[in-house]
Amino acid sequence: MHFTPARLSRELLGALVVFTLFAGLPVLADLMGDTFIVFFTIRVMVFAIAAVSLSLILGYGAMVSFGHAAYLGVGAYSVAILAEHGIWDVTVSLPVTLAVCGLFALVTGAISLKTRGVYFIMITLAFGQMAYYTATSLSAYGGDDGLTMWGRTEILGSTALGDRTVFYYVVLGCLLACYLIARMVVASRFGRVLQGAKQSEMRLRAIGIDPYAYRLVAYVIAGMMAGLAGALLANAAEFVSPAYMSWHRSGELIVMVVLGGLGSLLGAIVGAASFLVLEEVLSHFTQHWRLIFGPFLVLVVLFGRGGLISLLPGGRKND
Amino acid sequence: MTEPILVLDDLCKAYGALKVTNHVSLDVRPGEIHAVIGPNGAGKTTLIGQISGALAPDSGRIRFDGRDVTALPMHARARAGLLRSFQITEILPAFTARENVALALQAREGHSFRFWRNVSRDAALNARADAGLAELGLETRADVRAGTLSHGEKRALELAIAMACGPKLLLLDEPMAGTGREETDRLVEVLRALKGRYAMLLVEHDMSAVFALADRISVLVYGEIVATGTPEEIRDNAKVREAYLGEEAVA
Repeated sequence: MHFTPARLSRELLGALVVFTLFAGLPVLADLMGDTFIVFFTIRVMVFAIAAVSLSLILGYGAMVSFGHAAYLGVGAYSVAILAEHGIWDVTVSLPVTLAVCGLFALVTGAISLKTRGVYFIMITLAFGQMAYYTATSLSAYGGDDGLTMWGRTEILGSTALGDRTVFYYVVLGCLLACYLIARMVVASRFGRVLQGAKQSEMRLRAIGIDPYAYRLVAYVIAGMMAGLAGALLANAAEFVSPAYMSWHRSGELIVMVVLGGLGSLLGAIVGAASFLVLEEVLSHFTQHWRLIFGPFLVLVVLFGRGGLISLLPGGRKND
Repeated sequence: MTEPILVLDDLCKAYGALKVTNHVSLDVRPGEIHAVIGPNGAGKTTLIGQISGALAPDSGRIRFDGRDVTALPMHARARAGLLRSFQITEILPAFTARENVALALQAREGHSFRFWRNVSRDAALNARADAGLAELGLETRADVRAGTLSHGEKRALELAIAMACGPKLLLLDEPMAGTGREETDRLVEVLRALKGRYAMLLVEHDMSAVFALADRISVLVYGEIVATGTPEEIRDNAKVREAYLGEEAVA
């Protein structure tokens, strides 16, 4: 896709609106005296990071990973298990989390990317389920019941993340960083190869590019980003459980990306927010909220081919 | 005589009992246009597949630019300078014409594990892509999405992509397929202008184009080369007339 100046500024405008809303929310919540909305938005931003990471491989590389929640879980468990052994500091836990998730993505991606289409979906699902069942059988770390963290990650000995507002802005900073990194990757030479391979693998081979290594690197970047989201999720809840990596969760991540708009990173953020807000609001009315959400999703996919993002002023249709 | 750039040595490929490539040997000399013609089902596409690396031959060798490339995959052959076009146009439809050519240039410049710079603002790369487009008369179409180009323009874009890769040999799989009379004439002119600059192996149905362009012609019938020679020799060859030209002769 080509960024003409007009479209670029629209995308920028959209991003500006979204991030300004996120940045101003705690102030608004303070005025309203509502703390729930801050906790809720932290959750939204964490899932937005995971959705951005999935959008990178799904929207730009056509890699439909049905096991992406595994990285949320692996990232969350990395932090929680380190904490269980008394290692709380971010200088250790963050590099370890990223390394573990990167390695998991490298090994499973190297195998999964040998396949295409529905086989890729199945094999990523299988790896995701492997991670899930591994977590349920970790009896030393809570098994099925999950594992409680008695605190949050520390920054050079400081427990500043324990403060709700500080933690909120750290998560927002992570989301912004991931969004900017993903945008940079997409617009780079690497990103062009990735998007070219999505359109025609044969064409890339014919000009001398084997897409495999590029896809694998994108897969690892996405895995590490989702791992970061997992680490933040563990901190937000101060609790981890195998449910983080269930295949339902992977499916929800795909829904977020598609709902927001395939091929738009901002769309992934909007999609994650819309999904969680709808889930929250609808589940107040009825526990069968999916009965309403399902048809809504069908309508968006049918009539808004570019997803929700194409309906917003900063939106950009999928190429 | 100079060393040929491409040598097919006794290639064989069979699908079950059907011998689609039957002891095919031919060569292409530097700067030469060598055309391969043959009726439908003669095995032209299978032959192209083996030369480009999409298919593996059952036996025989392929030498390109002084080295044996029989075992190399398609992308490695492309890097060595063996560039192909496709019978059914294979471009990147969501990219602009410029981006299509720029990606080819990028591939030639080595690996693309470069994450920091915005490639669409790489002025040097874009300028070279535009120069490549201009060479094929596509300069006004640079910002148009490739998927919306006319059929003839897509054909020209495919050529521009191949040329951007720094080819030593162009393997052209029916470049005239599906083009109108006028577009065919234009493509013939384009290829004529490129003649001598690159060696070309031209597989083509359009007889007038073949006879207008080729230095040598090989005739493929049922997987076998029945004759190789200059256009005049082929025109006068009785075997060829019987097997092929008789039904589709072009004055």
